[in-house]
Amino acid sequence: MQPTRLFVPLFALLCAFSVRAAEVSVAVAANFTAPMKAIAAEFAKDTGHQAKLAFGATGKFYAQIKNGAPFQMLLSADDETPAKLIQEGMAVADSRYTYAIGTLVLWSAQPGYVDAKGEVLKKGRFNKIALANSKLAPYGKAAVEVLSGMGLINAVAPKFVQGENISQTFQFASTGNAELGFVALSQVMKNGKIASGSAWIVPSKLHSPIRQDAVILAAGKGNAAAEALMKYLQGDKARAIVKSYGYDI
Amino acid sequence: MSHIHARFKLDWPGFSLDVDLDLPARGVTALFGHSGSGKTTLLRCIAGLERAPGGYVAIDGEVWQDADRFLPTHQRPLGYVFQEASLFQHLSARGNLEYGRKRAKGVMGRAALDHVIELLGIGALLERRPDQLSGGERQRVAIARALAVKPRLLLMDEPLAALDLARKQEILPYLERLHDELEIPILYVSHSPDEVARLADHIVVMQAGRSVASGPLVETLARLDLPIRLGEDAGVVLDAVVEERDTQWQLARAAFASNADASVWVRDGGHAIGHRVRVRILARDVSLALTRHSGTSIQNILPGVVAELADDTHPALALVRINVGGAALVARLTRRSAHDLGLTPGSIIYAQIKAVALIG
Amino acid sequence: MGFADADLAAIWLTLRLAGVTTALLLLTGTPIAWWLARTRSGWKGPVGAVVALPIVLPPTVIGFYLLLAMGPHGPVGQLTQSLGLGTLPFTFWGLVVASVFYSMPFVVQPIQNAIEALGERPLEVAATLRASPWDCFWSVVLPQARPGFLTAGILGFAHTVGEFGVVLMIGGNIPGVTRVVSVQIYDHVEALEYAEAHWLAAAMVIFSFLVLLALYTLNPTGRRK
Repeated sequence: MQPTRLFVPLFALLCAFSVRAAEVSVAVAANFTAPMKAIAAEFAKDTGHQAKLAFGATGKFYAQIKNGAPFQMLLSADDETPAKLIQEGMAVADSRYTYAIGTLVLWSAQPGYVDAKGEVLKKGRFNKIALANSKLAPYGKAAVEVLSGMGLINAVAPKFVQGENISQTFQFASTGNAELGFVALSQVMKNGKIASGSAWIVPSKLHSPIRQDAVILAAGKGNAAAEALMKYLQGDKARAIVKSYGYDI
Repeated sequence: MSHIHARFKLDWPGFSLDVDLDLPARGVTALFGHSGSGKTTLLRCIAGLERAPGGYVAIDGEVWQDADRFLPTHQRPLGYVFQEASLFQHLSARGNLEYGRKRAKGVMGRAALDHVIELLGIGALLERRPDQLSGGERQRVAIARALAVKPRLLLMDEPLAALDLARKQEILPYLERLHDELEIPILYVSHSPDEVARLADHIVVMQAGRSVASGPLVETLARLDLPIRLGEDAGVVLDAVVEERDTQWQLARAAFASNADASVWVRDGGHAIGHRVRVRILARDVSLALTRHSGTSIQNILPGVVAELADDTHPALALVRINVGGAALVARLTRRSAHDLGLTPGSIIYAQIKAVALIG
Repeated sequence: MGFADADLAAIWLTLRLAGVTTALLLLTGTPIAWWLARTRSGWKGPVGAVVALPIVLPPTVIGFYLLLAMGPHGPVGQLTQSLGLGTLPFTFWGLVVASVFYSMPFVVQPIQNAIEALGERPLEVAATLRASPWDCFWSVVLPQARPGFLTAGILGFAHTVGEFGVVLMIGGNIPGVTRVVSVQIYDHVEALEYAEAHWLAAAMVIFSFLVLLALYTLNPTGRRK
């Protein structure tokens, strides 16, 4: 303990001389709020760089970035938005990295309502099923793929209630207004377990992967902290945090 | 004889009303008093606009309100004229008249309505909107509107108070015509002695929420012990008949009692002989003499007997009631004059009347 | 380019929602406004404050509580379920209920002001002219306070059309049922369909301008000829 205590300020001092501590302003998809806070804290501790985080909907960030928002990095909720930004020259071409892969889960606030194989979908004895807007949100798109693959899409579609994003979808299901919901595992998992209700973790082969890509934006080009954070995300420590929140990587 | 019976007790912060009145259900009864004396509140209680628990109102034995029932205003067969005309702004004058007429039980016939319109002289105004009418015109429409519901009792709350003098003079003749031509009893709230003198047959004097005097107008105004001091307005009103007209000098002789002496010369108002008129003689316009003077400009000198003396508002002044042929006059003198003349009840005097107002 | 079928469906739904909501608002808001304008009760303050709450509360707060209240475990939800109506979120009528609550102040306040401005006198006059209170409302209050009622109706309608946050919270984005224009615009923007978003958004701007224009033309300064 003792040597570390001495070492930290010394290390910081060294850093100040060698790599100047910098700041990066990051737009983060709302679903990644909790893990990103944890990662940013570790990042600051380990590198001395500061990540200033803004959380929100990816589509909104896209509009803001196109209109001059000074974000230097984007942790998107999907893989399309970063691709599009690169194509439009708004992001650094080779900086794209899949920092997390979302896990879809069929969940109910009622314990025992969802069986381990998702048979509840076939029985069809529910009034409403919540999913994220399939046009906008990757989790919604994945949910539709799952239902299509099971041949249930036509039977279940009339029971859809769509949240604008995955948080709202969770809200519909957690308040019981919809008996079932396709939500993110990260929303219902705590300490590696399903915290409440009942869930079926949808096998990833049933839908195309829910890739969440990060990209350095034009404004962040050459920013040392941005580059450091991108690198940090790929490190073991960050990957462990991501996994602990129910994401794949 | 038909009666209006009204009994109310109200206890509000800073104001109380406690009256028990039995009034004749004919002619005009003035509710007279200073502002704050409770006369408007009393009128509103009678109309049911103010809820007075435990109150009682009956017209001709028909009970509007007692311990068990409270007829809401719209079910009471009354007409009400407010201080401001309060015409419905969204309706024409005719629309205002029709509003009540078509809702009344027993709808007033076309001829009767035309009569009311003619009585108030509003025939030419009917298609106008309220904001195209003068204040006086508006009030005349409001009065016609109240009459068009064929009320059994007409309540008027200072209908002239919001008008200037000229407008008052414009409306008063119409009110006098109502008084003369309609059978409907009227309760008329006023603080103006002039209006009361011209219009009322009966008077209730209100003070601090109580009725302090009530009776026929002529008798009540001649009382020297009225609890409410009228000051410059003290005087009597006399009902008279035109007995003689002097066409050369444009004068008429109005007799107010059977006794030949009990008459006064007034400006000829164009009334035919035998016509009933009302004259008002203010106390300040009457002086007294022990002998009949000649060589004076005063035309009306009447013999009478002193009936009563009383103090007036100012300590220098006294009021003297004189009996002239059975009718009462009131004179205002200085106390010194009364003393110098040695006036006591029974003294025989001559009343010299400087001015007589013919008021209808 | 123009409106797609989905956009037209959203427009039609929005107009239907606003129409039904406005009708219900006038029906329920008028007695509330009447009471607020004329009562001397101590409840006037609290009731007025509750009615005005949606003005200051963010729509998300209202939407969140409505979602809880109307949900299967909420008091309103329990009531509707016991009446055999199911639960209200994600239904057209759920949106109607939410909109009525959300737009209530915009309807109550103009009517309340108009009735207060009218004062007691016309009502008393009507009573002395044999009009029952009900009759008086139709024959005197309504015509004389007409600008207030018009303002209330227009504001209630426009505010419902412009509603977004509450609909988002309890609507569930169901085409033809709860996907109104504002949500559709949001979706277009989120999906980066800016051209479609422009069409609808411009239509909203024009609509709102016309509504406000109508409002200011109808009530220049409250003075009437």
